[in-house]
Amino acid sequence: MDTEKCFHCGNEIIKKDEVLFDEKSFCCTGCKTVYEIFSQNDLTCYYDFQASPGATPLDIKGKYDFLDNDEIVAKLLEFQEDTTNIVSLYIPHIHCSSCIWILENLQKLQEGISTSQVNFPEKKVRITYNPEKTTLKKIVELLSSIGYEPYISLENFDEGKKKVDRSLIYKIGVAFFCFGNIMLLSFPEYFEVEEFWINQYRGFFRWLIFALSLPTFFYSASGYYVSAWKSIKSGMLNIDIPIALGIVVMFVRSTVDIVFDYGQGFFDSMCGLIFFMLLGKLFQIKTYDFLSFERDYKSYFPIAITKVLPNGNEESIQVYDIAKGDRLLIRNQELIPVDGILISEKASIDYSFVTGEAVAIDKKSGDKIFAGGKQMGKVIEMEVLFSVSQSYLTQLWSNDVFQKRVEQKHKTITDRISRYFTPALLGLAVVSFVYWMFFDTATAFNVFTAILIVACPCALALTAPFTLGNVLRILGNRKFYLKNALVIEQLAKVDTIVFDKTGTITTNKKTSITYEGTPLNDAELKLLKNTLRGSNHPLSRRLYEYIPNYDRIEITSFEEIIGKGVFATLNGNSIKLGSSQFLEHMSENTHKKTKVHVEINGVYKGSYVFNNQYRNGLEQLFEQLAKKYSIVVLSGDNDGERKILEKMLPSNATLVFNQKPEQKLDFIGNLQEQGKNVMMVGDGLNDAGALAQSNVGISISENVNVFSPACDGILDATQFDKIAFFMKYSKNAMKTIYMSFGLSLLYNVVGLSYAVTGNLSPLVAAIIMPLSTVTIVSFVTIMSNYFARSK
Amino acid sequence: MSVIYLLISISIVVAIAFLYAFIRAVRSGQYDDDYTPSVRMLFDDELLKETNKNQINITEEKQL
Repeated sequence: MDTEKCFHCGNEIIKKDEVLFDEKSFCCTGCKTVYEIFSQNDLTCYYDFQASPGATPLDIKGKYDFLDNDEIVAKLLEFQEDTTNIVSLYIPHIHCSSCIWILENLQKLQEGISTSQVNFPEKKVRITYNPEKTTLKKIVELLSSIGYEPYISLENFDEGKKKVDRSLIYKIGVAFFCFGNIMLLSFPEYFEVEEFWINQYRGFFRWLIFALSLPTFFYSASGYYVSAWKSIKSGMLNIDIPIALGIVVMFVRSTVDIVFDYGQGFFDSMCGLIFFMLLGKLFQIKTYDFLSFERDYKSYFPIAITKVLPNGNEESIQVYDIAKGDRLLIRNQELIPVDGILISEKASIDYSFVTGEAVAIDKKSGDKIFAGGKQMGKVIEMEVLFSVSQSYLTQLWSNDVFQKRVEQKHKTITDRISRYFTPALLGLAVVSFVYWMFFDTATAFNVFTAILIVACPCALALTAPFTLGNVLRILGNRKFYLKNALVIEQLAKVDTIVFDKTGTITTNKKTSITYEGTPLNDAELKLLKNTLRGSNHPLSRRLYEYIPNYDRIEITSFEEIIGKGVFATLNGNSIKLGSSQFLEHMSENTHKKTKVHVEINGVYKGSYVFNNQYRNGLEQLFEQLAKKYSIVVLSGDNDGERKILEKMLPSNATLVFNQKPEQKLDFIGNLQEQGKNVMMVGDGLNDAGALAQSNVGISISENVNVFSPACDGILDATQFDKIAFFMKYSKNAMKTIYMSFGLSLLYNVVGLSYAVTGNLSPLVAAIIMPLSTVTIVSFVTIMSNYFARSK
Repeated sequence: MSVIYLLISISIVVAIAFLYAFIRAVRSGQYDDDYTPSVRMLFDDELLKETNKNQINITEEKQL
């Protein structure tokens, strides 16, 4: 038995808090209680699948009181009838097979639950229960008590039942069915055995093939006709035009061939082509079900809040029903949904969702508090100033950027190529047609159609989906989750990178300070503390908080030299604090570390080292990036840290401070007007506008499962120092695409040489098309994996 | 010789039956979650074993 780690949650056990139960040690009573619940219900094999899979249950008393309100419950339910209710709950903690096991055995813990089913990729559990025997509130409380607290937010309240689009899968199924059967039926003709047997059945085979090709032609390929038509109407030549043209010509020519008994037609190639292209589409779509890229404030906000009625009673009301002048009760860990004025004496509010700053801010009675903060500690009371939609933070979402989601603000690489490809192809077809007209009209038609058939840019259309799909998966394995394949192309084009400061380039864990040098005794610390009291430098403030409390001493003289340090005399002792130049003490070690040196009575004592609150590898990352990109750091804070940042950042980086959320958005907009392709890297809700405005918005997240504003990609915070690699990789991905475009054009040339000379037989077409597809797919897969390995 | 008409018709009908089965399976949402069932499959045994063991424990206690 490992005594160091908690049996339930796997956290380190602090000796004095250790709880022993059933010969197992736990880090707290909460974990022990969960174990007790499981062991009483014969569910201890929860711990067999995975060592210490659990989470410490948090105190949720009163948090889910709003689930007593039937109206709210009805909105959350998926299905409701007298004796059966079905609800789907999102549980961020689901992470291993033990989780699936325990959540699917919920009926053992709570009477009234009939079945529960976990969807692991979406981290959801779907519970069917009998509302006469149990309630949603009881279920949610049970889940919370065993460490699986569901996450219920305003978003659940608004969303209707999601419709899943499975039409692509149907299309692929139909295309594959037709393709396979047609291939089988075409076999006798491939070998052109002029036999009595073949000749007798030829008509039957051909018409059967024709019938089988109809579903593929009309149903599976329908997306290409629609897209081609749209692109013609909007005057943009995209890749779907030659594809649709190729398919239609192939179908018409093959039908003509059969009707007049010229040959067997190209139905096999047509269905194969459609099947492979649809497969490419499927491959390009890689969704991360457990992530959401479309979050707005709704996924952060609670559904209901406790309102204090004038007579002193409490009532749960929906967040949308909050009106100006209401009095609200905010419990520990609850989010403040609206702007208001604090009535309680004191509050400590954590705005980390909004700013990324983890240190809670203290507020006094009468202070204004803004929506988006989380109360830490005791219950507070507040009076509402604005309703939800009018609050400061939520107003950001009324900006135009959030209203219209422009899907195609960007031309894909394939479309750009096809702008040249389509006219060239049509030109070639017409020229060959005219040329052959001088010799033979029948051959001229044959050649014309053969060119359109063989040049149908199957390989060209497959290149980008397969490359980008593969890159998307590789990046996903490295914890960089992108919304879709288009983002990779945009990533490769970025020339300016804008970073948010707090929470993005800094971690939101608190800074640690260490001391190096001759140890200081109490009297010396006392002097130091009193000296620091007078200084307003951010480092002094941090150091002041770090040093334990001592009595006050009268300061005799005090002088602060800006940018250098402090010189003070107290009780006849002289104290010098500050940079190494100021103390004329040059230490040999890295000057890039933030240090405050201490000298007492002329004797150098040592230095306080401010361990980087900046993310690991930040300097190297910026050094790498600065060579190719212009870098901007945007901060919502004042410029107190300008000095430190300037030291760390490359000289060409721009620093901008005091930026409000809308200003950040405008800043990005201005850069774009100057013709820049901007990537924004941010984290909190206050970056949401800038993330939406930028060409590529990447949000950094310490825990990808829980919080991130709407963006194009989510990057796990541990991978922050790899940004330069990801940028390079996206460029290499584009290089791969260009190379394989070359390859597929080569195939087109080979195919066209058959077509132009009038020698394209259905057999040649049936060989060239799959062969080119296989080569292209294997080429791009190998190349993108190769680039991923080379750092 | 005309048996070929019959054979091919049967083969097409069988293929259509499979296509229909596939579409029905997709429509019912079977392929939406392709991970959890693979884990769930392994559980049923575990649960059974566990309950058996507990029953044995209980009987042993009674004998004592």
